[in-house]
Amino acid sequence: MSGIATHNNALQVRSVSKTFGSNGSSLDVLRDINLDISDGEFICVVGGSGCGKTTLLRIIAGLERNYCGSVFLGDAPIQGPGLDRGLVFQEHRLLPWLTVEQNIAFGISDLPAAEKAEHIRHYVELVGLKDFEHSYPHQLSGGMAQRVAIARALAGYPRLLLLDEPFGALDALTRIRMQQELLRIWSVQRTTMILVTHDIDEAIYLADRIVIMSPRPGTIKRVIDVDLLRPRDRTSYVGAQLRRSIYREFFANEEIPEDYEI
Amino acid sequence: MPAGGVVFWEVLSRVGVFPANALPAPTVIAQTIFDLARSGELWRHTGITLWRIFVGFLLGATVGTLIGGLTGHVTLARKLLDPLLQSLRNIPSMAWVPLFLLWLGIQESSKIGLIALGAFFPVYLNLSSGMSHVDPKLIEVGKVYRLNGFHLIRRVILPAVLPEYFVGLRSGLGLAWMFVVAAELMGASRGLGFLMIDGQMTGRASVILASVILFAVLGKGTDLILEIVGRRLLRYKTQ
Repeated sequence: MSGIATHNNALQVRSVSKTFGSNGSSLDVLRDINLDISDGEFICVVGGSGCGKTTLLRIIAGLERNYCGSVFLGDAPIQGPGLDRGLVFQEHRLLPWLTVEQNIAFGISDLPAAEKAEHIRHYVELVGLKDFEHSYPHQLSGGMAQRVAIARALAGYPRLLLLDEPFGALDALTRIRMQQELLRIWSVQRTTMILVTHDIDEAIYLADRIVIMSPRPGTIKRVIDVDLLRPRDRTSYVGAQLRRSIYREFFANEEIPEDYEI
Repeated sequence: MPAGGVVFWEVLSRVGVFPANALPAPTVIAQTIFDLARSGELWRHTGITLWRIFVGFLLGATVGTLIGGLTGHVTLARKLLDPLLQSLRNIPSMAWVPLFLLWLGIQESSKIGLIALGAFFPVYLNLSSGMSHVDPKLIEVGKVYRLNGFHLIRRVILPAVLPEYFVGLRSGLGLAWMFVVAAELMGASRGLGFLMIDGQMTGRASVILASVILFAVLGKGTDLILEIVGRRLLRYKTQ
């Protein structure tokens, strides 16, 4: 939970701003972002399209350069991609010529063979894909492929797992199942998670803290603690209250539709 | 169907609808091939043709791979070389023959040069455009795992481009067969192309047709080898 371990920071984002320039005009994608994330915390970043949430994730992943401010992973500044951070994209982005097993092994080349095989077996089982080790990505369903992508990202023992709308392309039922899976994996691995989404319900179901971002320029509007016990009831009253309050952040002056329920 | 056609052809030739000196019966052509094989002529001609194909294709495909890889990976090289190569590509194959004869003489090197040129373009084009179109999302995955330079090429770009590369190799081989005919028709004392000219000079249609059939069989055979190798390497697609 938040607050208890501010001295034990997994990630510190300090005054991060980023501008995209094109043909003389420039666009503030992120302005003065500050965020502290504790070890083992589950953070969801919620915002509409264009609020810079993906850019923030890519900065943490080390894929975006040329930003102002600093990002620290533990005590070390982030200076590029690294195996200490796993990244899961919206699309599974598995390499089509590698099997499930080989895809999971993609990032871990420097282990002895026996240890590596054991390691991979652990992650295959963790994401529930036993018996599919030798399948190729095109033989898998969307949900299964995304599980492999999560296993691949976790296999390098990252301190931080970054997920960029990982379930956005899945159908509603698969998405709910994957959210449960992710929580189960998190409870086993205790990896710090940052998940970017535009789905408010997903954030309420998953997060310890929800970071709400607003666009043009991308800023953090509010950070909400979610003090609900897990497993969470998707239809609980407190959850509905929380959703209402988040909903107001996005649609301040509009009528909240009565039927916004699951 | 094809078998029926051959029988039909045989019958028409036998009863004399097709004149025997212009379109001999299939059995006559088979007999011609058999005779050529027995006298050793067949091996002499197909051997040299296959050797020219082998060396020329190897040379053209190697140069095509190197330049294609360079222009596919380095944008500057692509901008400098690609427009030139694209315009050279449009020159008809026969137009090169006089120049190659002048530069490389009438011996083997001009023939092999011509075949290499034919094999070069498809290999170059497919590899170069394939490499510059590798899904940037997959390259980004490589970057996430800190792959750069050689390792990125070996583990992401090459496997991604392999299907296009094999398409290039196969059409390069097809063009090599077309160019070997051109080269051997021009000036050769051995080879299947020479055998055709010889058949024409001596008025033996069966020899010409035998050469045509041998070209078809050998061309298909070498293509089959590449297809099998490609299918093995690209197993993941068909599984």
